[in-house]
Amino acid sequence: MATIFIPAQLRTLTAGIEQLEMDVHNVREVIDQLEQRFPGIRDRLCQQDQISPSLQISIDSVITSRGMIAKIQPNSEVHFIPAIAGG
Amino acid sequence: MATTPYRVIGTRPVRHDGADKVTGKAVYTADFKLPGLQAGFVLRSPHPHAKIVSIDTSAAEATAGVSAVVTGADFPNVQDKIAQLGEGSVNLAHLSANCMAKDKVLYKGHAVAAVSATNAHIAEEAAAKIVVEYEILPSVTDIMEAMADDAPLLHADLFTDDLGQKADTASNVAVHMHFEKGDVAAGFEQADVVVEAEFKTATVHQGYIEPHAIVADYNEDGRVRLWTATQGSFTCRQQTAEILQIGVGDVLVTPCEIGGGFGGKIAVYLEPTAAILSKKAGRPVSILMTRTDVFEATGPTPASFMRVKVGAKNDGTLIAGEAWIAYDAGAFPSGVIGHGCTCVFSCYDIEHAVVDGYDVCVNKPHTKAYRAPGATQVAFAMEQLMDELAEQLDICPLEIRMKNAVKEGSRRVDGPVYPQIGYVECLEALRDSDHWNSPLAGDNRGRGIAGGFWFGCGMKSSAACSVNSDGTINLLEGSTDIGGSRASLAMQLAETLGIESSDVNPMVGDTDSVGYTDVTGGSRVTFATGLAAYEAGIDLQSQMKVRAAELWECETSDVSIADDGTFSGNGKTAGFKDLATQLFSSGEALVGRATVAPECPTNGFAAHIVDVEVDPDTGKVTILRYTAIQDAGTAIHPSYVEGQMQGGAVQGIGWALNEEYFFNDDDQMTNASFLDYRMPTMLDVPMIDTIIVETGNADHPYGVRGVGEPPIIPPPPAIGNAIYNATQTRMRELPMSPPKVWQAMQSSD
Repeated sequence: MATIFIPAQLRTLTAGIEQLEMDVHNVREVIDQLEQRFPGIRDRLCQQDQISPSLQISIDSVITSRGMIAKIQPNSEVHFIPAIAGG
Repeated sequence: MATTPYRVIGTRPVRHDGADKVTGKAVYTADFKLPGLQAGFVLRSPHPHAKIVSIDTSAAEATAGVSAVVTGADFPNVQDKIAQLGEGSVNLAHLSANCMAKDKVLYKGHAVAAVSATNAHIAEEAAAKIVVEYEILPSVTDIMEAMADDAPLLHADLFTDDLGQKADTASNVAVHMHFEKGDVAAGFEQADVVVEAEFKTATVHQGYIEPHAIVADYNEDGRVRLWTATQGSFTCRQQTAEILQIGVGDVLVTPCEIGGGFGGKIAVYLEPTAAILSKKAGRPVSILMTRTDVFEATGPTPASFMRVKVGAKNDGTLIAGEAWIAYDAGAFPSGVIGHGCTCVFSCYDIEHAVVDGYDVCVNKPHTKAYRAPGATQVAFAMEQLMDELAEQLDICPLEIRMKNAVKEGSRRVDGPVYPQIGYVECLEALRDSDHWNSPLAGDNRGRGIAGGFWFGCGMKSSAACSVNSDGTINLLEGSTDIGGSRASLAMQLAETLGIESSDVNPMVGDTDSVGYTDVTGGSRVTFATGLAAYEAGIDLQSQMKVRAAELWECETSDVSIADDGTFSGNGKTAGFKDLATQLFSSGEALVGRATVAPECPTNGFAAHIVDVEVDPDTGKVTILRYTAIQDAGTAIHPSYVEGQMQGGAVQGIGWALNEEYFFNDDDQMTNASFLDYRMPTMLDVPMIDTIIVETGNADHPYGVRGVGEPPIIPPPPAIGNAIYNATQTRMRELPMSPPKVWQAMQSSD
């Protein structure tokens, strides 16, 4: 099971749940399962069926550029973090 | 410096572009001419906040020699949509409005019109004839004042975004971010010592020596050609296409040599304006910014206000941290606050932490990335609090840092855990350095240390290598070369193929000739484009194995490649150049190619030591000695790694001691020149000593980490700690310029 970390700003939607285990294979399944369990959370994380451009997905501390189709392994950690640029 | 197992990597060859640079033959945008080239001039707002009631351009258009005049009305209406631009995202409506104001001006220097003419003097004179009627509005440039309920509103349609949820009422706060780790209240209850303070940092500019410049040619077939100084030709292409509402394939960007960027040459400012002028004029148009334009109308780094609190146990273990951070976005929502939030506690393993961040619009130029964007501000606060904790606990400042330093497995406040990193190794190198072990004697002298972290990006890069008949290589890559990356990329390819760096001729391609490549930024080029060069070399070797098997009349599987690049098979051997020469005369030409998108951050850490002397009569701080230590993973060209460390340190010293935008009571910048905006020169700093730490990086074939950004982070807090050590006066505000230091010393007496 992968561990999905809920951003602190969305924990009002999850009744304070900070992380949860999910049987998922990619980011789209994460979003789908989160939305099923916590209605409204998809709109906070996504825009037009894509991850919000202000966010990045970190899977096992690697920032994926593959968005919804990024693969998730059974023991992965998934975080939603601010998009990082640089100078 | 550590020894290297490599043949080319770790050596210090002459850079490929060196002769052109030192003989003045390198072509910068301002050097580039086309037949019929018109000179452009941008008319800018004298007011920090005003409605544009009307613009009358008739007198300018009637001026002899004028070929075109444009205003916001000539710009397409761009949708209020967020676009990904390779490095970060941008609201296209804001991007367009920043290039040319439509209904409102939001800062002094905001472009309101532009003129092209046969020469720059006519263009400037004609622009002066444009009549703009303004309705002046109240303005605000201070972050905290802008957050007040009764502050002048810059954007009536700006509602604070709270991770996807918009506020009910408009305000100047574009974004609120919030991060939590553990139970911060419980953490502070466990703390034996708590330190807390407020800090402020000033608006500072990247100060690149080459002002922005553009040559645009809007062809009759609808295609736009741009020659420009940009950190990313592909993102320049996309931004220009989005603003002009044409396809990216209709824009060709040729990156010229670039005189510095540091994050400030990623966004477009002049490109769309020059293109529209060119379209109207029917001729190519160039626009060159003045230094005043650069200060007033490009993207400096945010000023900040921060309140940070840290708790520790008696043994020095950090147990809780709390940060409230507000960054000035300038005229439009920015993207730097997230980096501040994620970097404030990034050097230390703190069990319980909470961070709130706010992105605040003010009537100043739209802030942009500047070398480790957002990290230097928060380090100024956190790294000074580390010293304050150390003092209260009677622990050495280095010891408390080593005790709490993040390492592999440490979890960041925003969630992810670090892979193998090198902060502990940097602190150990500091501990073992000659500087740290040399006593500092004398009155009014003090020593300070500080650490710094920057993520380092991967993103997309492409490269192609063509083999010449003599076995030399033309390496075509897409990363504009700001810090010597042509050399570092050529060296990685040379290492891969078993040839010399001088056998590779690296060239930065335009957007029609090389595969997509993201910006030169995020400390990514030597890492990611280096990976592309390596992979292109591997592709080339793979092709050569097949051809060698044909040549040597054996199976491909019989051909092997030694570590030094020598091919062997069927009893024959040949070095790369020898084999390439043979293959050139026996079949197709050889071209290796690669495109990569590494996704792993390179996690760069630095630690600095500084000795200062503070003049008690004037408050002037003199840097006596400075040592920068940094984990480069592997230093491909150590001279350029050292150059990055030294350059970053000197820019950080500028932040620390002098640099700031001054605004008068009318919110107009009053020091928009290098005469009055005081950047350090070689006369202001001693030789910056460097110690390169090489811990490797498993995510790169040669172990590269990005090095460009971490060295700007530690100087302000290290110098703040040194000033305290010298004077027992704690500085809470940047810059620590003589008047502020003197005043603080008087207050603390």
